[in-house]
Amino acid sequence: MLREDQIERYSRQIILPNVGGKGQEKLLNAKVLVIGAGGLGSPASLYLAAAGIGKLGIVDSDAVELNNLQRQILHSTKEVGRPKVESARDRLSAINTDIEVIPIKKRLTSENILDVIKDYDIILDGSDNFPTRYLVNDACVLSNKTLSHGGIFRFDGQAITIIPGKSPCYRCLFPEPPPPGAVPGCQEAGILGAVAGVIGVIQANEVLKLILGIGEPLAGRLLIFNALDSSFRIVKVPKNKDCPICGESPTIKKLIDYEEFCQLRKKGGRGR
Amino acid sequence: MGIKVRIPTPLQKLTKDKEVVECEANDVKGLVEDLEKRYPGIKTRLCDDGGKLRKFINIYVNDEDIRFLKMDQTPLKDGDEVSIIPAIAGG
Repeated sequence: MLREDQIERYSRQIILPNVGGKGQEKLLNAKVLVIGAGGLGSPASLYLAAAGIGKLGIVDSDAVELNNLQRQILHSTKEVGRPKVESARDRLSAINTDIEVIPIKKRLTSENILDVIKDYDIILDGSDNFPTRYLVNDACVLSNKTLSHGGIFRFDGQAITIIPGKSPCYRCLFPEPPPPGAVPGCQEAGILGAVAGVIGVIQANEVLKLILGIGEPLAGRLLIFNALDSSFRIVKVPKNKDCPICGESPTIKKLIDYEEFCQLRKKGGRGR
Repeated sequence: MGIKVRIPTPLQKLTKDKEVVECEANDVKGLVEDLEKRYPGIKTRLCDDGGKLRKFINIYVNDEDIRFLKMDQTPLKDGDEVSIIPAIAGG
């Protein structure tokens, strides 16, 4: 049963025909893990916290840097130098005192990821590098966790939702990550903060829809955003029967730690 | 009128910052060759040494992934729209 203050706090979404008190209870009972408290994780977690996701985990191993603040809207100037997950917990708890925010200051690896995700129903990937993205995809497929994937690069964004066993996974779409050096390094790339906002909020919206059981998730469909011409396109993503992790005869049976190729990270760049 | 090809941001350096280019080809294999003729260097970004499409880049013909059509033998006709979509990992 919702309390009086909860009915007041969430009234604008409770009155939606597809949500109601029952929908709000689903949100309050949901457990969502946001990977990365950066450009995507910031807008995503702000909306998830505000909507009343009962248990919200945030994983990141890095500290806030001044150059993060242009897009990582969870953090503020006075937080520079503080662990991102602490800054995130303070900000999210300040928005919504009604939820449990769990800071997880860890770098995800093949050793720890299954243990980190096991307590959550839905995973939102807002990490910033290929090794983590493939690790998260594989871990979600192996542990049957729904995953909202989002990626950004300069003025481009992509989002897809992965429901293991039902919809194609990230490896059905892109079977392997690029080898080190095949894509421009982090230092050359650059990103407009609002582009991260667009994709991060789409991810949050996907998670809310999945919990509420409304609408159609971006499952089997890749959403492609281009900020310069303000266009959204969707391309079909079929399940790949030869997918190395979720296909008919999977070749990947244990998690892989791909080689890190962003040199910037070594001196404490953006985080996973 | 040819075939419209959408070039992803990471490859636009090779197409002189053009996001959409026009090509002539009967199939995807021919399209890659035609792109290489017009924008030298693009082929090695799309294909590995054996000429196979790299596993972190997809080519879509009118929003269908060629891996689920006829790969590089997928036929093309004037008016088709081809998109090259790479995996992106920023966050």
